[in-house]
Amino acid sequence: MTDIASSPARLPGWLSALRNILAYLLRSPTSAFGLAVIAVLVLTAALAPWIATHDPFAQNLDNVLQPPGSGHLFGTDELGRDIFSRLVYGARITLRIIFLVSVVVGPIGLIVGATAGYVGGWMDAVLMRVTDIFLAFPSLILSLAFVAALGPSLGNAIIAIALTSWPPIARLARAETMTFRKADYIAAARLQGASPLRIILKSIIPMCLPSVVIRLTLNMATVILTAAGLGFLGLGAQPPEPEWGAMIATGRRYMIDSWWLVACPGVAILCVSLAFNLLGDGLRDALDPRQMNRR
Amino acid sequence: MSTGRRRLRRAAGQLASVAITLLGLLVLTFFIGRMMPADPVRAIVGEDATPETYDMVHAQLGLDRPLWAQFLRYMGDVLTGNFGQSIRTGQPVIQDILHVMPATIELATFAIVIGAGLGIPLGVLAAVNRDRWIDHAVRVFSLFGHSMPIFWTGMIGLLVFYAWLGWVGGSGRMDYFYIGMVPGRTGFLLIDSLLAGRWEVFRSAVNHLILPAALLGYSASAYITRMTRSFMLDQLNQEYMTTARVKGLSRGQTIWRHAFGNIRVQLVTIVALSYGALLEGAVLIETVFAWPGFGQYLTNNLVIGDMNAVMTCVLIVGVIFILLNLLSDVLYRLFDPRTK
Amino acid sequence: MTDPILEVSNLSIRYPGASSEAVRGVSFTLGRERLGVVGESGSGKSTVGRALLKLLPGARITADRLRFEDLDLLALSEAEMLKVRGRRMSMILQDPKFSLNPIQRVGSQVAETCLRHFPVSRAEAKAKTLEMLAAVNIRDPERVHDLYPHEISGGMGQRVMIAMMLLADPDLVIADEPTSALDVTVRLQVLNILDGLVRDRGIGLIMISHDLNLVRNFCDRVLIMYAGRVVETLKAGEFDKAQHPYTRGLLAAQPRIGGPRKPLAVLDRRPEWTEELPA
Ligand SMILES: Nc1ncnc2c1ncn2[C@@H]1O[C@H](COP(=O)(O)OP(=O)(O)O)[C@@H](O)[C@H]1O
Ligand SMILES: [Mg+2]
Repeated sequence: MTDIASSPARLPGWLSALRNILAYLLRSPTSAFGLAVIAVLVLTAALAPWIATHDPFAQNLDNVLQPPGSGHLFGTDELGRDIFSRLVYGARITLRIIFLVSVVVGPIGLIVGATAGYVGGWMDAVLMRVTDIFLAFPSLILSLAFVAALGPSLGNAIIAIALTSWPPIARLARAETMTFRKADYIAAARLQGASPLRIILKSIIPMCLPSVVIRLTLNMATVILTAAGLGFLGLGAQPPEPEWGAMIATGRRYMIDSWWLVACPGVAILCVSLAFNLLGDGLRDALDPRQMNRR
Repeated sequence: MSTGRRRLRRAAGQLASVAITLLGLLVLTFFIGRMMPADPVRAIVGEDATPETYDMVHAQLGLDRPLWAQFLRYMGDVLTGNFGQSIRTGQPVIQDILHVMPATIELATFAIVIGAGLGIPLGVLAAVNRDRWIDHAVRVFSLFGHSMPIFWTGMIGLLVFYAWLGWVGGSGRMDYFYIGMVPGRTGFLLIDSLLAGRWEVFRSAVNHLILPAALLGYSASAYITRMTRSFMLDQLNQEYMTTARVKGLSRGQTIWRHAFGNIRVQLVTIVALSYGALLEGAVLIETVFAWPGFGQYLTNNLVIGDMNAVMTCVLIVGVIFILLNLLSDVLYRLFDPRTK
Repeated sequence: MTDPILEVSNLSIRYPGASSEAVRGVSFTLGRERLGVVGESGSGKSTVGRALLKLLPGARITADRLRFEDLDLLALSEAEMLKVRGRRMSMILQDPKFSLNPIQRVGSQVAETCLRHFPVSRAEAKAKTLEMLAAVNIRDPERVHDLYPHEISGGMGQRVMIAMMLLADPDLVIADEPTSALDVTVRLQVLNILDGLVRDRGIGLIMISHDLNLVRNFCDRVLIMYAGRVVETLKAGEFDKAQHPYTRGLLAAQPRIGGPRKPLAVLDRRPEWTEELPA
C-alpha cells in the first residue's frame, strides 16, 4: 500500500529537489561556471565527430609543430596531428574515465559501507580496518603501484583509480547507514522477517544514494587529475590515444619551441578539474551549509 | 590514577591499531607485488637461461612455496630491513631510498612552509570576511591551486620562469657545474652547502628549489585554506569571542589571540596530514624537475618494472602516512588542554 | 538620581537583513542603581544590552539620545569604544561554558582585562587577578588561576566571569541572564556576590532576565519588555500596581511557594501591545 502511495510521489519530489539545487547553483557565478564547463565537456564528447575539424589520428609529416592559427586552431603536434581535434576526442576519454570509475567506486563503497554500518560488530571492525589501510596511502601512489603491477593501459588505470577511491565513499555510506539503522521503518522491515541482505539492498542503499552521488561528484576532479598524472607518467592511456595527460607527456620534448603542445591539453585538464571542484564546492553549500567542516 | 591508566590504555589501543594497519600495508604491498603479469624470474635470469637455472632462481626467490609461506618470508625480510636489491643500481633498495630521501624531504618541507604560510592567512582572511568578495576570491584562488595538474604547472613554470624570464634555476637541485662540489654530509643540500661555506652553491640550490616548492606548496594550500576557514568560522561564532570584545579587545586582537589561538592545535594536525599528501605531488613534480628524490626514484623504477623497488617505495610512503597520522593525533592530545 | 549614568531615549535597532526592528522606541535612564530588564525570550533584551556596547556588527542603531556619562555613544568611533568596553562599561554573559575561552587558563583570561586597560606588568596583573578572584568568593585563587574552564563548575565559571568584568572597576555592568545557565542551587549565591560587589563599588547594573520573580529582589526598578518594546516600568515594591496586562500576566504566571494552588495562568499576548506605547 505504502509503496503505491509513495512511489509516484517520490519522482516529482526528486525532480523538484534537483531543480532547486540547479537553481541554487546557477545563482552563484562560480558554480554556474563549473556547470557550464561540464556541459561543454559533455556536448563536446557527444558531438566530437562534428566539432573536430580534423581526424585526431591523421598524421601529416609535412605539417608538424605548426603554431596555432593557420588552419589548425590550436596548431599541430610532432606528427602533424591537429591538436584541437585531439582535445575534442580526448574529452571522450576523460568522460569515460570518470564514468567508469564512478560506476565501479559507487557500488563498492556503498556495499562495504552499508554492510559495515548495518551489520556492525566484528564485520564493521574488519571492513573499516581494511578501509583505513587503503586510506593510509596517498591515492596517486597506490594507483601507481596497481598500474605497475597490472601493466600500463587506460583500462588498468581506471581499475587502479577505482581501487584507491572507494574508501571515502565507504566511510560516508557507513556513517549514513548508522543514522538510518535505528529508523522505525527499518525495524518494521526486520520484524517482518526481511533478511539483512534484503534490508541493505532495498532500504539502506537507496537512502544513502543521494549523498554518495554527491560525494562522487566531489571526487571527480581528483579522478581527472590522477588519471592525467598516470597518463603523464606513461601508465595510463597509451599513444596514439588523445588522452590529455599523455599528450602533455609527449609534447614535453618540444615544449621550449612549441609551447602549444603542452599548454592546450593542460588548460583543458585545468578547466575541467576546476569546473568539478567549483561545482562540488557549490553542491556542498547548496545541500548543507554546515557541512563545511567535513571534507 | 585512573586517568593515567586510561591514557595508557588508549595509547596501547592506538599502538595496536597502528600495528594492524602496518600489517595490512604489508599484505597489500605483498599482493600487489605478486599481481604482476611479468615473470620476476625471467627478469633476473634473462630470456635464454636453461630450465635448471630458471628453477634454481625460482626456488631461490621462494616462489615454489605456498603463498602464506612466501608472505611470512616477505614479512620477515621487511622486519629485518631486507628489501632486496635494485635491478637498476644493484644496491640494496633501502639504501637507495635513504640516499634519495633527503632531496624529497628538503623539497616537501620547503613546500609545506609555503603552503601553510599561504593557506593559513588566506583561510583566516576568508573566514573573517565570510561571504564577501574576499572570501569568494580566496575560494577561487585556492580551488585553482587544487585543480592544477601539477606536472603541467611545473612544465609551464619552467618554460616561463626559467626558459623565458630566467628568474629561477632549471631542473635538478643545483646548477650542473656545482654537482659534487660540496660533500654530502646530511644529504640536505641547503645544509651541506652552508656547512661547506659555499654560498654560491647555497644560492643555486635555493634558486632551483623555489619553483617546485612554490608549486607544490600552492597546491597543498588549498586544503589548508579550506580547513583554516572552517575552523575559524567555528570559533568566530563562539560566545567567548563576544567576551573578549566586551573586555575591550579590538576585533583584530580577538581574532588572533582568541579565535586563531584556539585553532592552532587543529592546524598543526592539518599541516602534518598535508605534508603526507605533498609526497604525492612530489612524485609528479620531481619527474618534471628532474629532482633526484624519492618520487623520481619511484617513477624510474616503475618504467623499468622493478617491482621490488616500487613496492618498497609504496610501503615506505604508507608508513610515513601512518606515522604522520599518529603524530598529528599525539600532537592534538599534547596541546589541547581539553583532552587531558 | 541626580547624576544619571545612562540615558536612552527612543532606541531602535534593526538587524541586517531583518524585515522589522528587533527593538523599537526604548527609553530609560539609569543612575547608580540596579535596573532589571524582564521579558520573554526574543523580546529584545540582549539586543538592547549589546547595542549599548555597540557590539552588533552591521545592525542599524538609531536613538534620539544614547548618552553614557559624558559620552554620546552614537557618535563614538570604534577606536573610542575600545577604551569604553571593559573599562567603563562591561557585560556578564549567560553561560560560562561558552563565554570563557576553552583553551586559555582562567587566570590569564581575567588578567587580560587588566593588561588591556592599565599599564601594568604581568606580575601586577596577576596580583590584581588573584585579588579579584578572592573578591568573588573563590577560596583558593592561586589554584583556580591555573585551571582551564572545563575544570571548574558553572557557578565558579560565572564568578570568574564577574571577576573579569568588574576588574577594571567599570561604572556600568550589564548582566545578561547571568544565572540562567546555572544550577538552581547556586543561582542565589552568584547573584548575591554580584549584588554585593555592585553595591560596594557603586556600579550601575542592568540585570537582564526572563525571570521576574528572581529579578525583583535585586533591582530598584524593572523594565518589562515585550516584542522589542518597553511596555511598563515598575519600581521595586510597586509590583502590585502593575497596569499593563502583560506584566500582570507575568506576575500571575509566577508560582509561589505556599500560595494558592490554582492552575498557573497562561500568558495572554495581544498584537496591539506591540503598537501602542503606554504612558
Ligand atoms: N544576530 C541576529 N541577527 C538577526 N536577528 C537577531 C539576531 N539576534 C537576535 N535577533 C532577533 O532579535 C530579536 C531579539 O533577540 P534577543 O535580543 O536575543 O532577545 P532576548 O535576549 O530577549 O531573548 C529576536 O526576534 C531575534 O530573532
Ligand atoms: Mg538573550
